[in-house]
Amino acid sequence: MVMVLLLEEEDFMMFKYKFKTLLVPISSIIIALIIGGFLMLFTGNNPIEVYKVMIFGAVGSIPNLANTLANAIPLILSGVGVAIAFNSGLFNIGAEGQYMIGALVGAWAGYSIQGLPWVIHIPLVLLLSMIAGGLWGGIVPGLAKAFTGAHEVITTMMMSYIAIFLTHFLLRGGPMQASGYVPQSPKIESSSILPILLEKTQLSAGIFIAIIVPIICYFFIYKTKWGLNMRIVGKSIETAEYIGISVPKTIVASLGLSGAFAGLAGAVQVLGIQHRMVDSFSSGYGYTAIVVAMLARNNPIGVIFAALIFAILNTGSQFVQINLGVSAQIADIISGIIIFFIAVEKIIKIVYKYYNRSQTENRGVIS
Amino acid sequence: MIEIFTNPQLWASTLTLGTPIALGALGGTFSEKTGVINIAIEGTMLTSGFFAVLFTNYFSNPWLGLLGAIISGLIITLIFAWGSITLAADQIVLGMSINIIALGLTTYLLNDIYGYIGTPIHTKQLPYVSLPYIKNIPFIGEILNGQSTIFYLGVIFVLLSHWFLFHTNLGLRLRSVGENPEAVATAGLNVFKLRYIGVTIGSVFSAMGGAFLSIGISNSFAVNLTNGRGYIALAAMIFGNWTPLGAYGAAMLFGFASALSMFLQNYGVSQDLVQMLPYILTILVLVGFGVSSKPPAADGEPYEKLD
Repeated sequence: MVMVLLLEEEDFMMFKYKFKTLLVPISSIIIALIIGGFLMLFTGNNPIEVYKVMIFGAVGSIPNLANTLANAIPLILSGVGVAIAFNSGLFNIGAEGQYMIGALVGAWAGYSIQGLPWVIHIPLVLLLSMIAGGLWGGIVPGLAKAFTGAHEVITTMMMSYIAIFLTHFLLRGGPMQASGYVPQSPKIESSSILPILLEKTQLSAGIFIAIIVPIICYFFIYKTKWGLNMRIVGKSIETAEYIGISVPKTIVASLGLSGAFAGLAGAVQVLGIQHRMVDSFSSGYGYTAIVVAMLARNNPIGVIFAALIFAILNTGSQFVQINLGVSAQIADIISGIIIFFIAVEKIIKIVYKYYNRSQTENRGVIS
Repeated sequence: MIEIFTNPQLWASTLTLGTPIALGALGGTFSEKTGVINIAIEGTMLTSGFFAVLFTNYFSNPWLGLLGAIISGLIITLIFAWGSITLAADQIVLGMSINIIALGLTTYLLNDIYGYIGTPIHTKQLPYVSLPYIKNIPFIGEILNGQSTIFYLGVIFVLLSHWFLFHTNLGLRLRSVGENPEAVATAGLNVFKLRYIGVTIGSVFSAMGGAFLSIGISNSFAVNLTNGRGYIALAAMIFGNWTPLGAYGAAMLFGFASALSMFLQNYGVSQDLVQMLPYILTILVLVGFGVSSKPPAADGEPYEKLD
């Protein structure tokens, strides 16, 4: 009997704990949607109409839903990347650049390597793009952080801009431009194309990669020694040094892995949707990935759900822009506000505590 | 190619292109001297750049545009300050959120108010200044004369800031709160208030930097107008060792890299490659001087009252 009671108590505590970890993200989303609504109201749009159309555009039909899932793929993969760095206390805000580099290398390996069966070609392309993204994030920002303390927020951001100019250089009359005047690379070989799962949508087999990767990363971060080392470095560098973890190595590895997954995201996008590298490839996925990782509290499994939420916002707001003429950037504003309230979680907790207290006080008065 | 360097236009462009970075770096210095890492400078500059154009067009007066830039910069910075100082949130995460909001908001408003064509082509600009006597000096005159008003304001503000931070009582207090907030609190001063003052003063400079990009050197606003200049400004601040004069000098180095990349294009060097220059220089500067630079001791640490 006592056992049962204890268990129940424990279950209840667990439930309460889970509720609390979800409380901040969920409240943040609601507050952000409300503020976004007011902004639309001020600029002469009807927020209820916009949100209705947004939801329909994102999940209202099978093709719309498929496109939303397709949109979630790069967000999941680069979101996992950002989350890995966060676990070591590193802020990789340059996922956008690593994503571009992964896409560049993915496209290059996709069209220049020929005559391979798809079972070898696709994994090879993905691996190369991961290495490229990993080097872009790990070498310069990683080594700079590990050995000179140069802040990764600035270095990864600068590397992003360099990646964007590099893309312009390679595609506007540079060595990767296909014949013709359009700034784009040649089309990739059919052996490297990730097949589309649902006709007339953008949903490719990349979705499987986007489901497997977070699970592997979850085990890596929470169940392996390397993952533990990274989390220790993230919590306290002093502790890590004290127990003999090589902090510089962990920093480089963590930023490298982070970049690798952002690079993978870029390649999957090329192999699944674009089938070539285009000059205007940058789409802000790398920035949304930061928001995704934060909403997921850096948990790779959580990243899947967070990415779905932002994919709904993204595809939904594109649909809104086409159908209602309301600028799709409303999604970015809402994303930013979500992160703001996650950062100032204290306020949500204060309100929650205050609410709880007033509830118990009220009850006290009645009885 | 050597004639590039003897061309006064290169040096004039250096001063022009260095100015927005210098103002951002000055904003960052005020913020970080009081212990608040402010990557929201990027977002502040971007927001101010947009509202400068909006106000200029609405009142058809660029000076009121500048005022609008400062007001909008103040508002967005106060939101940042409320989160980072009062609510003791992670300053980097919060700054990032402000930057994302600013990019979304300015693009949203740009599309919503002006449509996809962009801001009106007849937007007025802040005046360029003609300097008596100096303009007649060869070479120097060509560099210093005819810059935008904000360039000269920038020079004045950087000198005033140096005097304010290092030679006034309030300046001393601001610096102490970035070094040892506990000691400042023990001395009976209000840590929160001092940090608000530092961040707020800084925002005025960042806002002017943003306005310079939209109504100073041009007369329009484009999506993501700042293009990472806020982050470069922070690198300039670090390179300048968290001092106004140092930050100004470092910002001019970045201005030089930008100017050089413009001039190199005329010599057949790929435009896309030379545009990387300021960004590469930023990394080199951080790597090379990261070791020796000395940030304020409590930089980035939220202060929470013990109760």
